[in-house]
Amino acid sequence: MTALTCQLLDVSIAGKAICNQLDLKLAPGQFWGLLGPNGIGKTTLLKCMAGLSPPDNGNVLLENQAIDKLPRRAIARLLGMLQQHTVYVFDASVLETALTGRHPHLGYWEREGQYDKQKALDAIRAVDLEGFEARSVTRLSGGEARRLAFAALIVQEPAILLLDEPTNHLDMKHQVRIMNHVEEQVLKEQHSAMIALHDVNLAARYCSHILMLFGGGDWQAGPVGELLSLENLERLYQCPVEAVQTAAGQRFLPGD
Amino acid sequence: MIPTTLRRSLLFLLLMMSVGSILFASSTGSVSLEWDEWLLAIQEPASRHGELIWHLRLPRALAAWVVGSMLAMSGCLMQVLLRNPLADPYVLGVSGGAAFATLLGMVFGVAVGFLPSLAVLGALASILIVFGLARGTGPWSGTRLLLTGVVTASGWAALISLILSLSPDNSLRGMLFWLMGDLSYASLSPGSFLVLGGCFILTLGLARSLNVLAMGETTARLLGEPTRRMLWLVYLLASVLTATAVSIAGSIGFVGLIVPHLMRLLVGSDHRILIPAATLFGGLFLVLSDTLARTVLSPQQLPVGVITALVGVPLFLLLLNRARLKGV
Repeated sequence: MTALTCQLLDVSIAGKAICNQLDLKLAPGQFWGLLGPNGIGKTTLLKCMAGLSPPDNGNVLLENQAIDKLPRRAIARLLGMLQQHTVYVFDASVLETALTGRHPHLGYWEREGQYDKQKALDAIRAVDLEGFEARSVTRLSGGEARRLAFAALIVQEPAILLLDEPTNHLDMKHQVRIMNHVEEQVLKEQHSAMIALHDVNLAARYCSHILMLFGGGDWQAGPVGELLSLENLERLYQCPVEAVQTAAGQRFLPGD
Repeated sequence: MIPTTLRRSLLFLLLMMSVGSILFASSTGSVSLEWDEWLLAIQEPASRHGELIWHLRLPRALAAWVVGSMLAMSGCLMQVLLRNPLADPYVLGVSGGAAFATLLGMVFGVAVGFLPSLAVLGALASILIVFGLARGTGPWSGTRLLLTGVVTASGWAALISLILSLSPDNSLRGMLFWLMGDLSYASLSPGSFLVLGGCFILTLGLARSLNVLAMGETTARLLGEPTRRMLWLVYLLASVLTATAVSIAGSIGFVGLIVPHLMRLLVGSDHRILIPAATLFGGLFLVLSDTLARTVLSPQQLPVGVITALVGVPLFLLLLNRARLKGV
């Protein structure tokens, strides 16, 4: 089973520490929520975990191998990342763009076969873009472009998913749809996910573990029940928080 | 955009039209040949008309086709490289270096036959300068490459103006023709076919990677592309194509910009179909433009670059306007 491990990871951006000595393992079947205020470095940390930028110190291991020693193609078959922003410059169709997820799985001269195409069509249906297959990506709305990027990630079939605010621009129905899909991947396929979120309640509903970035390199990680406390959330967001009991468990609101 | 199922037929159509355009070009000119005359002449290379076809028109039409294909392919590659649908083969200064070396050769009275080699040397010098300065370490930087290239190109432009202003009047005409792009003295060496064929196969092999690279560097890396290596390869391929094209016919404008653009509207952005379509159409477009350049004011000949620009500018503005209406 594929796992992603951070070993004593120091990551910083422009001289500002994001995390010091981060020790964490994304094990199969775990659904991690990454919480922290704006600009604290969630994106930079995710990029570092995807091997896109090197840490200051420490290692990221993918299947027990240093990620910076692995070829990108090998990484792409195991690990996929949804970036925070999706900008399409060229006029490709929705189907073509979803099919790019097969890229790391295909050989040099190989073309997408029926299997790949079916994967893409299923993913397009899963993000509710059915009927848009032939539409140009430059004509999608912000939310639709976002869902398409997620569809391409489904098509890529990575065992490790890093998602940078996947619910941005999405309405409530599609937020739940995407989170359900990730949850299904994690529970049924024993994949693992790390998901940067601003919605604490989505984290409370879906995540099994939480990583909090407090700034100055301070972090805390653990099972969701231990981490999502009023005290932690108030410290994290520097604002009063109220807890509400619902049938599904504790939920959080901004307090006065 | 035309339906996916028709795209292969379009390639076949473009191939047929390319052959047709070359044959058409061989029958048209200041001496116009009727169909039966042409048929007779082509069977007898030694006759007066046969000589005209086999030694003048066909080589020139073929040269036009090869140059047009190279520029169109190079344009496709540059647009991916700079992730900008408006990039063209000349934007990074390859043609500037070639032009400077060629004009310098003209000033010093170098024999016409050696000018193409000078152009290649100039282009190579420019490629090396841009490559060397923009390379650096760290992640790929499209902006750094673009800035280095554009500034180098303006440097060449200044040197070219300097040469033009210092040259005697009697050599200016030849220089201007060269700068505008002209196929009158074009000669094809087997090497240029090799460059075209080799680059075409390589580019086609990279086509799916080009699709991914067009989505941005980070996305491409996440999908398994070693982007740094790939983008330098794309830069080198585009540069070699441009350098070869420019050495044959000078810097013919607009083919490398318009053709990829038009084909993208027709077949979409999948490079597996876009590259062959643009290659075929680029050749076709330049053969027809050159035929027009030879005949429109015949017996006087215009530089083909004037025709491609005269056709290209309005076409381009139209496309741009269309894009604006779409809200781009």
